Amino acid sequence: MLDKNGIAKRIAREVKDGYYVNLGIGIPTLVANFVREDISVEFQSENGVLGMGPFPFEGEEDADIINAGKQTITTLPGASFFDSALSFGMIRGKHVDLTILGAMEVAENGDIANWKIPGKMVKGMGGAMDLVASAENIIVAMMHTNKAGQSKLLKKCSLPLTGVACVKKIVTNLAVLEVTPDGFKLLERAPGITVNEIEKATDGRLIVEGEVPEMEI
Amino acid sequence: MINKTVANVAEAVEGVADGMTFMLGGFGLCGIPENAISELVRLGIKDITCISNNAGVDDFGLGLLLQERQIKKMISSYVGENDEFERQMLSGELEVELTPQGTLAEKCRAAQAGFPAFYTPAGYGTEVAEGKETREFNGKMYVLEPAYEADFSFVKAWKGDEAGNLIFKGTARNFNPCMCGAAQITVAEVEELLPAGSLDPNEIHIPGIFVQRIFQGENYEKRIEQRTVRQKG
Repeated sequence: MLDKNGIAKRIAREVKDGYYVNLGIGIPTLVANFVREDISVEFQSENGVLGMGPFPFEGEEDADIINAGKQTITTLPGASFFDSALSFGMIRGKHVDLTILGAMEVAENGDIANWKIPGKMVKGMGGAMDLVASAENIIVAMMHTNKAGQSKLLKKCSLPLTGVACVKKIVTNLAVLEVTPDGFKLLERAPGITVNEIEKATDGRLIVEGEVPEMEI
Repeated sequence: MINKTVANVAEAVEGVADGMTFMLGGFGLCGIPENAISELVRLGIKDITCISNNAGVDDFGLGLLLQERQIKKMISSYVGENDEFERQMLSGELEVELTPQGTLAEKCRAAQAGFPAFYTPAGYGTEVAEGKETREFNGKMYVLEPAYEADFSFVKAWKGDEAGNLIFKGTARNFNPCMCGAAQITVAEVEELLPAGSLDPNEIHIPGIFVQRIFQGENYEKRIEQRTVRQKG
């Protein structure tokens, strides 16, 4: 079974040379730490920066330079700043190559819910609805089950939706799955995890074809 | 040169009244119009509607207006960092309209640029689209979103000149440029107010035509929400 860093490490392998990538808050943010150093990638933050770098050294924080998680950051050579309308123009206009975000639930048709638990948590959708409505390459990073042990990969989402039929790929602590017209296709198993364990943890339709390889990380 | 300078924040917010709608720039606490917010708290005007990406934290930013119960309605995309906000929302004291962030930015920009409404794919098939007109373009579904209408825009820039030209810094730019000229009156507060001619016209982010009043702000706290650093070596 993978931990959060393991999930991030596996997703980092989906990041290709020349990609502009938007990273959501949580596990997705960790992906930046594992991207190969021999490829050129720029990270976009929806609050208006392309070319995000690592956290600043202590004493060099700048209140005017933060990421979407409101964390202080730095920029790399080639970076740029822009306003929020332009930032979402980049996203809506499909100029960003890859979007990685977290989710509370994903349905077998690619629906995603990640912004609201009625009566419990209403923090808002931030930029998630814009991202999932426009991005063509969306990877969800999440744990396979919730804290109560219930599957987060469902036939149908129970929570209010963020977007419809938009998720293409899911990387969890147990597996890599692709959303197909017939359901979740199992692509890879996490190290030490059996197909049976993944089946048990998946509520939506799981498609298993032939031998399912173990992830390479 | 048309001079947009006003002497201070009191003069800058002249005309604000109970029940008005305000746009306020900023992402989290980054790039918020600190001086204007303080003045609105001091004036004690009530029943205001705020269009702002976030709602501040408990003791800073728009949280200060929430504490005094001056806000009737918040229009935001993300409101997660504020306990008082959550309390007022759950108790029904505060009306909240959650809007996808890109849609929020574009509703401001549409008002600035003279578009009555626009179609966006964001929120289609979700509760955000309930009751709204939808339409198919090239096989994909979109939601019709109207431009905002507001009485005042309060924005914060890094540098400005007497003509109202603005330059923003880093990610403190965020919603500020989109809100300039998007309300009846745009009030810009700047860290550094310079004589006309001091700023290179090639480097202006927002031309002064979008700004009615500009003033030199004071005592910027620029609070950091999440101070994240790495160690040297």
